[in-house]
Amino acid sequence: MSARATRGGWVWAVVAVLLSALAIPWFLWRDGTVVAGLPVWLWWHIGWMLLASVAFRVFVRRAWGVGIEEV
Amino acid sequence: MAETTLQLGIVTGYLLVALGVGLLAYRLTDRTAEDYYLASRTFGTVVLLFTTFATLLSAFTFFGGPNLAYSAGPEWILVMGLMDGILFAILWYVLGYKQWLVGRKNGYVTLGEMLGDRFGSTWLRGAVAAISIFWLFPYVMLQQKGAGQAIVGLTDGAVPFWVGAGGITLFMILYVAIAGMRGVAWTDTLQGLFMLGIVWVAIGWVLSAAGGATAATDAVAASNPEFLRLGGGVYSPQWMLSTAISIAFGVTMFPQINQRFFVARSKRVLKRTLSLWPVLVVLLFVPAFMLGTWAAGLGVEVPEGGNVVPAVLEAYTAPWFTAVVVAGAMAAMMSSSDSMLLSGASYLTRDLYRPLTGRADAVDDALGGEATVARIGVVIFASLSFVASLYAPGTLVQIGDTAFSGFAQLALPVLVALYWDGTTKWGISAGIGGSQLFYLLSTFEVLRYLSELLLGRPVVALPADYFGWTPAIAGMLLGLALTLAVSRWTTNSAGEDPSVYAVTGAEAD
Repeated sequence: MSARATRGGWVWAVVAVLLSALAIPWFLWRDGTVVAGLPVWLWWHIGWMLLASVAFRVFVRRAWGVGIEEV
Repeated sequence: MAETTLQLGIVTGYLLVALGVGLLAYRLTDRTAEDYYLASRTFGTVVLLFTTFATLLSAFTFFGGPNLAYSAGPEWILVMGLMDGILFAILWYVLGYKQWLVGRKNGYVTLGEMLGDRFGSTWLRGAVAAISIFWLFPYVMLQQKGAGQAIVGLTDGAVPFWVGAGGITLFMILYVAIAGMRGVAWTDTLQGLFMLGIVWVAIGWVLSAAGGATAATDAVAASNPEFLRLGGGVYSPQWMLSTAISIAFGVTMFPQINQRFFVARSKRVLKRTLSLWPVLVVLLFVPAFMLGTWAAGLGVEVPEGGNVVPAVLEAYTAPWFTAVVVAGAMAAMMSSSDSMLLSGASYLTRDLYRPLTGRADAVDDALGGEATVARIGVVIFASLSFVASLYAPGTLVQIGDTAFSGFAQLALPVLVALYWDGTTKWGISAGIGGSQLFYLLSTFEVLRYLSELLLGRPVVALPADYFGWTPAIAGMLLGLALTLAVSRWTTNSAGEDPSVYAVTGAEAD
């Protein structure tokens, strides 16, 4: 495992934690504002899931194998 | 009566189509165990994505989840999104890809084999299989309960509960006995696409009848203003996170999902599926659970013990469409249950029957004695869970949650074993055994009964929660701590071989 791969692994681990941590918008806790027929917190979640999908795609292209494939 | 006949006709017709697809696949199935259980590891992107997706989705997506949204608000969407769209996707890589490489390298078919081989322990292999089969039971029962309720709701009680539950049981037995993994996966693909399609038609239909999303949400704001405010009631941060984490980890250890980590054709297939998870989850869960939420605002009455989705469809759409959606829900249950029975059968035969009969390394033969044992096992298992579904207390959610959390206890010890060469046989055994024991005692109140029996009063009981976090999470952490600590204190026994988990990935492009 080279140093670069290890660093990449840590970066992606942080991304994974961030993606998990903000899937539920805690900063909107007890907020009930409605926009276009759905609560704002639900719009946030839908957007966040799309962002997660993009992040996973970037991971697949650039870093797939990190932490698993031993060099 | 004519309406009921039409509706039952639609449900039956759909089941027969699914059976036809299964039979078609059966004709292409070889007579080897690897092909019967794993379709010879040949799945492409679409089939792998949808078979996993449809297996994940059960009665709960159409019934339990919307019911919860109807009674407590739509925050459940967030729990499911975090659970299946993000945490499961991450585990799909961390656990799934590693397992796929290891399985490919060594030819494993079950989780028990993978662990038994690495730790040189037939006992561990059997224990993992036994634990898995134990937790699988309430979950199969959950699907049967769902089917029984669906048919009762659809026909307004004209068809009794046991007919629906018994019907789906028979269907599953038939299905698993003839079609192996390939048949299961093909029908899953059909059913996954079908479910996604109908849920959007349903939401479109109901909203156009109710005057659009804004009007429907305004009605919720008037009737249940709490529903639109994030959190509150049952939805505490600890509960939401506990549920999402324990179920996401639990799902990876469910035999039918875990086995799917072995079946991809190539690395490219696994890569393509990863980024589709969050999208697929949003596409299905947002409409399904909003339907339940809006039903509360629209003042839809749900009969005692019934489900909100059929009720709202009956109020706003045509009877034939309600039947189509119920067929879809049946599809969701079957696509989970048939996979469960198939995987359960492989655990039973390979990890329990073979070692116990001293044939741990028998030649694979799906038509020999082993297959007969597997099929008998399927029949007994499905029949027992059917009987239990007739008498079991508890709501769908509680039973389902019990199973998920029971499986979740396995996840962290297995993860540690996959990534840390220093894991010892005693470490993983302590981690798995200790967390299972803890969770069993937390769930089934064994201690309270024992203390009543011995002391005459219920003095000993484990807490119901830990600062708001569920016993499932506490058990997972206990399992992790035990695995790490006991591994540090013990040395590798004879027969252990950490090198079986060393993979380069180069051989799998």
